[in-house]
Order: sequence, then C-alpha cells, then structure tokens
Amino acid sequence: MTMKMLTPAFAVQRDTERCIGCGVCINQCINEVHHMDEDGWMWVDEDRCVGCQRCGVLCPTHALSITEFPMQFRGNQYWSPSHIREIYAQAQTGGVLLTGMGNPRRYRCYFDHLLLNASQVTNPSIDPLREPMELTTYLGNKDVEVPDREKPQLKLKVPVMFAAMSYGAVSLNVQNSLAMAAREAGTMWNTGEGGLHADLREFAPHTIVQVASGRFGVNPDYLGAAAAVEIKIGQGAKPGIGGHLPGEKVTPDVARTRMIPTWSDAISPAPHHDIYSIEDLAQLVETLKVATRYTKPISVKVAAVHNIAAIASGIVRAGADIVVIDGFRGATGAAPLRIRDNTGIPIEVALAQVHQRLLDEGIRQRASLVASGGIRSSADVIKAIILGADAVYIGTAALIALGCHMCQCCFTGRCNWGIATTDARLSKRLNPRLGAEMAANLLQAWAHEIKEMMGGMGINSVDSLRGNRLMLRGVGLERHELELLGVLAAGE
Amino acid sequence: MLRREGEIRIPSGCAIAGIINRQGERFDGSAIIASIANMHQRSNGLGGGFAAYGIYQEYKDYFALHIYYDDETARQLTENYLNQNFRIVVNEMLPLRPLRRIVDAPLIWRYFVTPREEKLMVSHLSEDDFIFKAVMWINDCVRGAFVASSGKNMGAFKGVGYPEDIGEFFRLEEYHAYLWTAHGRFPTNTPGWWGGAHPFTLLNWSVVHNGEISSYSTNRRFLEMYGYRCSLQTDTEVIAYTFDFLMRKQQLTLEETLDVIAAPFWTTIQKEAQARLRRQYGALLLNGPFSIIVATDHGLVAVNDRIKLRPLVAATRGSYLYVASEESAIRVVAPVVEKVWTPGGGEPVVGLLKDKEGLIAMPDQQSRSA
Repeated sequence: MTMKMLTPAFAVQRDTERCIGCGVCINQCINEVHHMDEDGWMWVDEDRCVGCQRCGVLCPTHALSITEFPMQFRGNQYWSPSHIREIYAQAQTGGVLLTGMGNPRRYRCYFDHLLLNASQVTNPSIDPLREPMELTTYLGNKDVEVPDREKPQLKLKVPVMFAAMSYGAVSLNVQNSLAMAAREAGTMWNTGEGGLHADLREFAPHTIVQVASGRFGVNPDYLGAAAAVEIKIGQGAKPGIGGHLPGEKVTPDVARTRMIPTWSDAISPAPHHDIYSIEDLAQLVETLKVATRYTKPISVKVAAVHNIAAIASGIVRAGADIVVIDGFRGATGAAPLRIRDNTGIPIEVALAQVHQRLLDEGIRQRASLVASGGIRSSADVIKAIILGADAVYIGTAALIALGCHMCQCCFTGRCNWGIATTDARLSKRLNPRLGAEMAANLLQAWAHEIKEMMGGMGINSVDSLRGNRLMLRGVGLERHELELLGVLAAGE
Repeated sequence: MLRREGEIRIPSGCAIAGIINRQGERFDGSAIIASIANMHQRSNGLGGGFAAYGIYQEYKDYFALHIYYDDETARQLTENYLNQNFRIVVNEMLPLRPLRRIVDAPLIWRYFVTPREEKLMVSHLSEDDFIFKAVMWINDCVRGAFVASSGKNMGAFKGVGYPEDIGEFFRLEEYHAYLWTAHGRFPTNTPGWWGGAHPFTLLNWSVVHNGEISSYSTNRRFLEMYGYRCSLQTDTEVIAYTFDFLMRKQQLTLEETLDVIAAPFWTTIQKEAQARLRRQYGALLLNGPFSIIVATDHGLVAVNDRIKLRPLVAATRGSYLYVASEESAIRVVAPVVEKVWTPGGGEPVVGLLKDKEGLIAMPDQQSRSA
C-alpha cells in the first residue's frame, strides 16, 4: 500500500472563454487527460499529463496551455526536485526508473564552448551562392592496398545520416519518412535492430541495416537490402545495457519484421553472446563481409565510454570500415534512467581523442568516423567534423522534425505524436509523405548552413574541414579540456 | 613576448616567380632577382628566398645541405649527428655578401654529404628516406638548427629581408642554374625567422607559395600519420611534404598528384580514377587561396587553388618558361614573349626539362578546369 506524495508534473489550463468544446483534445490525448462529462463540462486529469503538448498545439482556439505545475518543492541546492520526485516514484513502485530520449542533465556541453573561425583579409571567404561548395562525403576504408582495388564506399551528399531507430521503437511511418528523406537528400537511414519491413526494401541504396545482439530480422535478404551493415555493440543512452521491446508493442507486423512470435518481449542481450572480446568482433566483421561478398562497408557502433580511443583503435584493427561513436547525450526509446544520466562520456571529447589516436597509430585511413548522440544543429555537425568526424548521425533532431516534443515517454508506447509507438491509431498521425518532406527540409537547411559556415572559413570542401582543429577555439574551458579537444583557447 | 615562427602559425601574402630553361641551359641569378624585385610591393621585407637547380655540377652526386644555426652549440650538435651518419666531403660557410639591410642572419653552412654505407644498410631505408629522416630529426630535435635545403645539385637561399636584398646577400649572380624560383613574403605578424622564409624544400622538392592553406590542420594531421614532422607550422611546408608523399612515397604521377591537391569538383569529375584518388586522399586537398610553384630537378609546375583566389601568370619564349604572380614580373626580364596566359583555377602550368618529359604524364588541361 502506498500513499500520494506528489502533485502532477504539469498543469493543464483551459481558457473557458476560448474553448468551444470541440473535443479535439479528448481525441488527441492517448493518456486520457481530457474528458467531457454528460453536461458538456470539460475536465482534466493532470496526473496523466506527460507534457507532450499535442492537445495545446492542435486546439483550434488555443484554449489550452500546458506548463510545469506551479507548486515547487522547498528550495534545496542539494536535493533537487527530480531527486525527490524519483525517490517518491521508486517508493511507490519498487522498480527501476525508466525513461526515453537522451541525457537531459546539466553536464558541460563542449559544443557550446567551441567557436568557429572565419576569413578576414589574409584570405578571402567564399560565397556559396557564387562558388561550388562540396559536402559530398564517402564513408569506408580509404586504405588502398592493391592498386585500383578500392574498398566499398558509402556516398553521402550531405554528411548527416539518420540514426538507428528500430521498427517497434518507432512506427513504420517514421521509418518510411526517414527512408524517403534519405533518398531525397542522398544520405542514409538506419533500420536499427528491429529488422527491415518489406515495404522499405525499395530504399536499399539508402539503407544501413543493423546487426545487434538480438539478431532480429537478420538473414541474407536483409543484408542484401542495404548499402552498408552496422554491428551495434552499444549506444550512448545506455552503454553496457541491452534492449527490451515490451510485448505489447510487438504487433503481428513488428513480429514478422523481427522474426519473433507476436506479442512476445523482444530482448536484446547486453553483450552479443558471440562477442566477448575484440577478436570475436573481428570474426563477426569478417563474417558479414563474406556474407555481403565484400561489396558493402561494415560499420561498428559503440557508446563513448572512458577508454574509447583504445576501443576504437581495436575496432579498426578488427576490420571495421566505419566506426560510429555514440556520445552520452545519445537518445533511446527506453533506458534505465540512472544509466542514461550517469554513464558514458561527451561525444566531443571522445571524437577528438579517437580521431587523434587513429592518426597517431597511422590507421585513420582504414576507417571512417561517424559521430552520434546529441547533434542539435548544423553548428554541432560542423564542429563534430572539425573534431574529426567524417559524418554524423541524427536521431532526436530527426524526430523533432517529425513532430516530437521531447516528453521523454517513448518507452510507454503512447506517443501522441505518432512517433514512438506501434499503435495503429497513433501511427496514422504521422503522414510519411509529410514526414519525409520535413526531414528532408531539415537536411537541406543544415546543408545550406554548413556551406555558409564553410565559405566563411574559406573552405570549399568538407574534406578540408575534417580534423581541421585550427578552425575551432575554445571559450571558458580549462587547459586540460582544450588539450583533450586539441583546440586552442579563444585569443590564442 | 612574440613567439618564434614554428611555435605559432602565421598567415602571409606574397609574390612568387619562376624561370626554367627547358633545354637545361644554365643562367645566373640576376634574371630571377630582377623578376621578383619588380613585385617589391607584394612583400614587406620580412622574408625572401630562392631555389636554384643545377648549381652544384661538381658535387651533383652528393646531397647538398644548407643548414641555418642560431648558435655554435646547435652547429656542434648537428655536425656530431651528421658525422655519425654521413660522409661529409665539403663542410664550409656559405659565401655571403654583408649588407646593411640584412640583419640578424644566422650561421649559414653548406655540406656536401653522402650517407655512410653501414648506417644506410642497417637503416633498411632508401637513400632518399635516409636523408628525409635526418632532415626531420635535425629540424625537430636540434634547437636552433634548421635545414634550409637537402637535395642534390640544388639549393635554397632564403632569409628575412626583401627578396632582391636576399639575392644580393647570397651572391646569386655567381650561381648558374637551369631552374630558378623566387619568393617575396608579406607575413601578417612575425618577428621574422630565417627558417620561415620560402622556398620550403625537402630533398629535391622546393615550394614557393602565395596564399593561405585553410586546410592546413587537416593536411598536417594526415601527413604526420606518415612520419612527417611539420616543425615550421607553415602552409608551405605542408605543400612540400604533400608532393613528397604523393609523388615519391605513393608513386603517383604529376597528373594524379594535381588531381589530389587541386581536385576537380565532384560535379565535374570525368574519370573514375580521379574520383578514387579524391576519396583516398581527400585529406590532402589543398583548400583556401593559393598559387604555388613546385620545383624538382625535372622542372616546375605552377598551379592555383581550384577556384583561383590568387594571381598566377605564365609565358613562354624559346626554351624559357616564366611564371609569376604578375605579368610585369615576366615582362621586366622578357619584354617580348611568344605566349602569355593566365591559367584557370586548378589548371597547372608544367615546365619540364626536354629530356624529362617522358618521365611524368602531362596533365590533360581540359579535364581539369572546373
């Protein structure tokens, strides 16, 4: 038996003069926050509100506003409201706290402490409207051992790809939107670990398929229907932790795609049970190369953890053509809150260190580097490239483009925006054609912005930006942080 | 306190000029001095220099080392190292003409050397790589020593001052070369260091360069992966190493090398081989505004960045090929020329000795212009 200790997290306020009682809010809220009684009065159950803002956005008269609940805990610099709330929740349930999306806590964000260079007098800046500005990027092993025998390369017209989000974690309409946008923009989308739905096979030249510890949906056809294959070892939101798609999300369609029984839990073990060390990874990389007849780059994705530089070096030596580093801001459909908020390291530092380590070891040519986890804007993209990335993955930013409002409740399956759900009624809320347009627009906008910034620096090819650390200066960073990032301080 | 060049990176503007007699006939340094002097206002007195090929006929089988020393200690350390690794046949101060306008000159020594057989054998290196390693070691490890040039039958003469004064200081009218290049420097901020002047050289490569390489840090990190030590932090050094890496170590042709450093745009690439090179050596694309003259004992190639952000003019007269930042610098020494033209972005001007033409595939000019 438990007792109530908390106010709702959100206050739902209705301007009764504006409300016309149309019932859109009732219809839209899967959490059943709103209801109308027999007399036509509107009521709210704020305890159920997750702050997704769907009702407020769709209300035709803007009668609704959702704010944080005004009552505050007594001020305490040490025991924050979230600590107190989380303890209450655990006292009620006795369970591990679950959450969705990326780490929201106040850790230092290095991207926000890095500034870009621009040309003045000694060299001319380049106007991207008048001169060609190249973003084309190839991912893969660039080390040509046998003359004229190039290893398989992945062509990207813009160095931004859509990160792995599995069918089941997100709706098919989300995947369909991203696949269409990837084709439109000349980049890649990633199936995640949930297999490839038959409807999306046509996007094969723009698809990266994932092989994760659950091996869901992996078969020769699956490997064949892709431009590259990615081995997922870990992800930034939950390093060291496997995955768990609850049975209620495993609809017949999801089950078919994953090749598992309907309505059964889909468990991805924490490690691959055939990879207990780096030499085992080398075997899986080789197996996938053989299975794809050496025609596709093999990628390996790991979370950014403390010893990431050595790990990445091992991965390259194990034969990976692409190494994906997922920073601690990386998002997820579901993760234990403590893991998400307390594990891993920032992508900026990880990237700088991995790039430098691969150079120092003379093996940077043997693999491309992809940065992932918390890329919020084109500025983050360009900074990541300068720190050493060949390209980046975006997950959260792509979902926001499709309407996500960051309520962090992806794990419930009750996503009012029709994104992190397999519920047929909710999924329909995202029209894939509109979704594709918005996601492609985002890439186009970022590409324009990257070109503007490159032109300002006097650089007309993204090739010349990669690892070009002189184009960055740090502000408000300690000396050792600057050294780890390999950048000078502003003014130096 | 101002830090010395080599500890910081200093952008600079410049004038460049080059003259080759493609028959291999040698001529003294007065023409190249006159040419570069005519662009006096393109430099600011903080750097000038020359590279000359064919000047040491008598010792053409020995590596000619021009080394600058800050002090005697640096010289002793370096000479100990040289003695251990090389047979030194000549060890002398470079003949100089003291000038009031040239101050703070380092100790400048010239050595003609050949690697000691036994050292070369145990090193498992080619002769060139042996020299390469020695140059890298001296520049990197001996404080106050700097190798200005290290090729055979060639030398670099450079320092702080206007180029015409530097030419006079080094008595260039007494040298005879079939190929000269020259540089006048306009650094934006430097106390002026003799080692920082152009040309920059390595083995038989020399580079004079006008412009700023915006891709410097990318290029540098890539080259460091292959053992190059970029001790000067100048863009020019990176260009010299890039040519050495691509042509000597990777055995690329001149045409292929140009396809890397001034790569055609993806939209204009016609041959799959060009695309492959771009993918493989994207990190060696030289980005930003530049015009450069790269020379070896075979001849010279002058090229602009691919969107031509710096000036470059070329002209021919008989067996002479002239290149310079400005046409005036050519007309002052060759008032009447047969052909004068302004090459487009990324479009090379190649001047090889007649007997070396077969050695390097000539670039196909059409396919290169963007």
